[in-house]
Amino acid sequence: MILNMGPQHPSTHGVLRLLLEIEGENVVRIMPDLGFLHTGIEKTCEAKFYQQVVPLTDRIDYLCPMTNNLCYVLAVEKLLGLEIPPRAQWLRVMLNELTRINSHLVWLGTHAMDIGALTVFLYCFREREDVLRLFEMVSGQRMMTSYFRIGGVALEPPLGFFEKVKEFAGRFPARVDEYEDLLTHNPIWTMRTKGVARITAEDAVALGASGPTLRGSGVDFDLRRDMPYSSYEKFQFKVPVATEGDVFARYIIRVQELRESIALVRQALDGMPEGPTKADAPKVVLPDREKMKTQMEAMIYHFKIITEGFTVPAGEGYQAVESPRGEMGYYVVSDGTAKPYRVHMRSACLANLQTLPKMCEGRLIADVVAAIGSIDIVLGEIDR
Amino acid sequence: MPLGPAITDVAQLKSHPALARILAWKPAAVEAARYDRDELTLSIERSFIRDVCALLRDQAKCPFNFLSDLTCVDWYPSEPRFEVIYQLLSIPNRERVRLKVRLNGSSPVVESVTSVWPAANFFEREVFDLFGIRFSGHPYLRRIQMPEDWEGHPLRKDYPVEGYR
Repeated sequence: MILNMGPQHPSTHGVLRLLLEIEGENVVRIMPDLGFLHTGIEKTCEAKFYQQVVPLTDRIDYLCPMTNNLCYVLAVEKLLGLEIPPRAQWLRVMLNELTRINSHLVWLGTHAMDIGALTVFLYCFREREDVLRLFEMVSGQRMMTSYFRIGGVALEPPLGFFEKVKEFAGRFPARVDEYEDLLTHNPIWTMRTKGVARITAEDAVALGASGPTLRGSGVDFDLRRDMPYSSYEKFQFKVPVATEGDVFARYIIRVQELRESIALVRQALDGMPEGPTKADAPKVVLPDREKMKTQMEAMIYHFKIITEGFTVPAGEGYQAVESPRGEMGYYVVSDGTAKPYRVHMRSACLANLQTLPKMCEGRLIADVVAAIGSIDIVLGEIDR
Repeated sequence: MPLGPAITDVAQLKSHPALARILAWKPAAVEAARYDRDELTLSIERSFIRDVCALLRDQAKCPFNFLSDLTCVDWYPSEPRFEVIYQLLSIPNRERVRLKVRLNGSSPVVESVTSVWPAANFFEREVFDLFGIRFSGHPYLRRIQMPEDWEGHPLRKDYPVEGYR
């Protein structure tokens, strides 16, 4: 029998349609059907100035806007050959890790809810709200932040921001303990997740899986540590790896990443360098507001950047960052004009989704729900 | 990091493990090499792309076992019109290389690399869907993002941004 799961099924985390060929309760074959959320962002990018693309990148993956911002601005900065001041880099690392926490909290809440542990959802969203308030404080927006700009960050964070982050970093580890108390040793949780939806390291690599999905199968690879960007090489952190390759392994990795991320946030706070938050490149970076009102030069540059954008030397660049879901990559091609010739997003979820048939074929339908949750897909990013 | 000039001389770039391996196998397979902004790009002759991918994946010293990305750029109206881009990653060696295949606009066909990396499946379907490039040997070459009955390939440069009205 062919069973249609989705596109409006709550456990598919968006509009994913799965065609399940089943025999009784057993899944014989899975065929994912995508594209319900296709918005043509890549095409839209080609019609915008470089700086106008930043808000579009938020909307690709609405759970980790800062990671997308970061990846895009790094790719363009690579094309421009821009040097970013250390304070901006540290801020980027700090906010990027807060984004990871935000994303993992939504994942943990919804994944647990799919499997039947409703309570965790409420706990996770309590802390997620704290992170979103931090985002609102720094960027004025809860979700579509667009805070990272080409050449730095939009603004110096407001007064009292770092204290708020510090407060959050102080209380968060105890909250992770709470989630773990609810799940890690819970017999129902372990029965639903241990040994379920296994994938071997060879299959995961061949199918292009990345992030926790890859590390859950024992491949010790994290772009932040192994191919560092935005001065991640100056931070100390552990990369959690598990070898079982099942849903539980991916769960435990993400929970440990929550702890590592908050440790990274604390390191960034402690070592936050003083100095400017924008690169010294007047042709690319918008001038400060006061300078615009007092200096002719600044006003001219502001007018030029807003009306005609800035040109980027011809060439191409691929920049990958470790998003909460895996390798998020931006491939930007410039033809020397003020608009990108081509922007392509390498979606971690799209590749991770390819592992789903391998994980679930021959298992029960109920395991499909657990497996979808464990690879943590965001349909906005898959379809773009 | 101010931009340095790009290196396009194959002889200077020979030390890179990917290029060295291909040159040892078949020098004719490499049309051009370019090292720019710390990234190496190799243009591969169209008929060799699958073999080159398999060769790079299986080499012992620096296996490019991970296909990061596969996409396409449309250089309309110049010819050859399409460039199919392969971003390869070596997980054990933390090394990247970009392969490029140029295709003409009238009948863009290239051999599928799904037999080398199953990961290419969705990526190639996406390129087929949005650019209209056919991948011979692909197990299930159907539209992936656009509806089945869609006409045209939206990411081509001659396709208007606002679509056909």
